[in-house]
Amino acid sequence: MEITGNRRILTAREAGLVACRRCARVWPMGTTECGRCGARLQSRDTGSLGRVWALWIAGLICYIPANIYPMLVTQTLLDTSKSTIVGGAVDLLHHGAVGVAVIILVASVLIPMGKFLAIAYLALSVHRGSNLSSGRRHHVYEMVEFIGRWSMIDVFVVAILSSLVQLSVVASIHPGPAALTFALSVVCTMLSAQSFDSRMFWDEDAPQRKL
Amino acid sequence: MTHSDLALEDLIACPQCDALYTARMPEIGERAVCERCHTVLIAPRRKAGLRIIALTLTVLILVISALFFPFLTIHVQGFANQASIMDTASSFGSGALLLLSLATAAMIVLIPLLRMVLVLYVLTPIVMNLPPYAHARHAFRLSQELKPWAMAEIFAIGCAVALVKVASLASIGFGPAFWMFSALVVIVLFNDMYLCNWSVWKSLETDES
Ligand SMILES: [Zn+2]
Repeated sequence: MEITGNRRILTAREAGLVACRRCARVWPMGTTECGRCGARLQSRDTGSLGRVWALWIAGLICYIPANIYPMLVTQTLLDTSKSTIVGGAVDLLHHGAVGVAVIILVASVLIPMGKFLAIAYLALSVHRGSNLSSGRRHHVYEMVEFIGRWSMIDVFVVAILSSLVQLSVVASIHPGPAALTFALSVVCTMLSAQSFDSRMFWDEDAPQRKL
Repeated sequence: MTHSDLALEDLIACPQCDALYTARMPEIGERAVCERCHTVLIAPRRKAGLRIIALTLTVLILVISALFFPFLTIHVQGFANQASIMDTASSFGSGALLLLSLATAAMIVLIPLLRMVLVLYVLTPIVMNLPPYAHARHAFRLSQELKPWAMAEIFAIGCAVALVKVASLASIGFGPAFWMFSALVVIVLFNDMYLCNWSVWKSLETDES
C-alpha cells in the first residue's frame, strides 16, 4: 500500500472523488451509484445524524419498559415468580452464580447504557467538536459497532430456557414482555450505530493538517 | 500527484475514514491497513476461495442437520424434556412475542444460512475461473449487509449462560445438535477471517468488464 503523494494523508473528498463505503472503489465526485457494487454514493452522508438520533431515541424508549416489565416468568408447583433483567441477575448472585450474573449485567445493562452514551457523545461531537482526537472517537465507534450485538445474549437465554424448561406441572418458564422490548432496543441501537458515517470524525483534521 | 495521473480503479479509499491510497495487492498473508484509522483494507489469503467454499459447505450441512437433532435435554424428578434449535426459536409463542420468535429464528438459523448460500453463489465461479453468476454483485452486497445480524456465536454463549442458570434445579444434557452448533460457530469465525472483501469485489469487476 502506498500513500498517494507525500506523507500527508489525502482523502478521497480532497482529491475530488467520492468513495464507496461498501467496496472501497472511488468515483469522480458527483457519481451517485457505485458502478462496481451498486451501493449509493455520498461523499459525506449528511442525513445520517438524523437517522442516528431517531433510532437512538426509539432504542431508549424501548429500553425503559425492558427494565420495568418481567423478562422471565417461572412457574413451579408452589408459585409463580416474575423476574426483571436486574432482578434475575440479583437472584443469580444470591444463588452464588456470580459469573453468569456478571455476564447478564454486562450484556443487558452495562453495554446498552454505554452504547446510548457513546452514540450520543459521538453524534454531538460531530456538531460541536470534541476534546477527543479523531482516532480516539473512531475507536469508540468501532467498539460500539463490535459490542452492540452481544446484548442479544439475554434474549437468547430467555428463548432457550422457555423452550427447555417445560416440565409439566413441576416447572415451566415463559418469556415476559420485556424480552420483546429489550430485543427491539438492541435492534434500534444497532441500526443507529450503523447509520453513522464515521468519515465525519476525520473531517475536522483536514484544515489543521494543511498548515 | 493528482488522481488524474492514476486510473480510478487503481485507487482505494478507506470506507471508515476516507483516506485515499494506491491499491497494491499485499504479499499473501500480509494485510494492507489504513494508516490513519487502522481499518483492514486488503487481506488476501492463499487459496482462500477454495477454503471458504469447503468450510461453507460444511456449515450448510451442520446447520441443516443441527435443526433435526435435539439440542439440549433436561431431567428433573422423573420429568424430562428436550429442545431442538427450532423449538428454541419458536418458544416465544403467540401475539407480539411471535415477532421475537421470528427474529430469533432469523438471527440464529436463517441469516447465517442465507449468508453461506450467498457466499457460495459468489465465490464458486470466481474459484473456477468462470464468469460470475447473474446478480453476483447484489448477492455479495447482501451477504456483507447481513453480517452483523448473523448471531450464531452469541446464541452459543447464551446456551452456556442458560445451562448455568438451571443447573441447580435440573440435570442438563447436550444433544448432538449442540456439538454441531459449536463446530459451526468456530467455522463461521474462520470463514470470515479468510474472506477478503476487496479481493472479491476486484474479481467481480474484472470478470464483468
Ligand atoms: Zn481509514
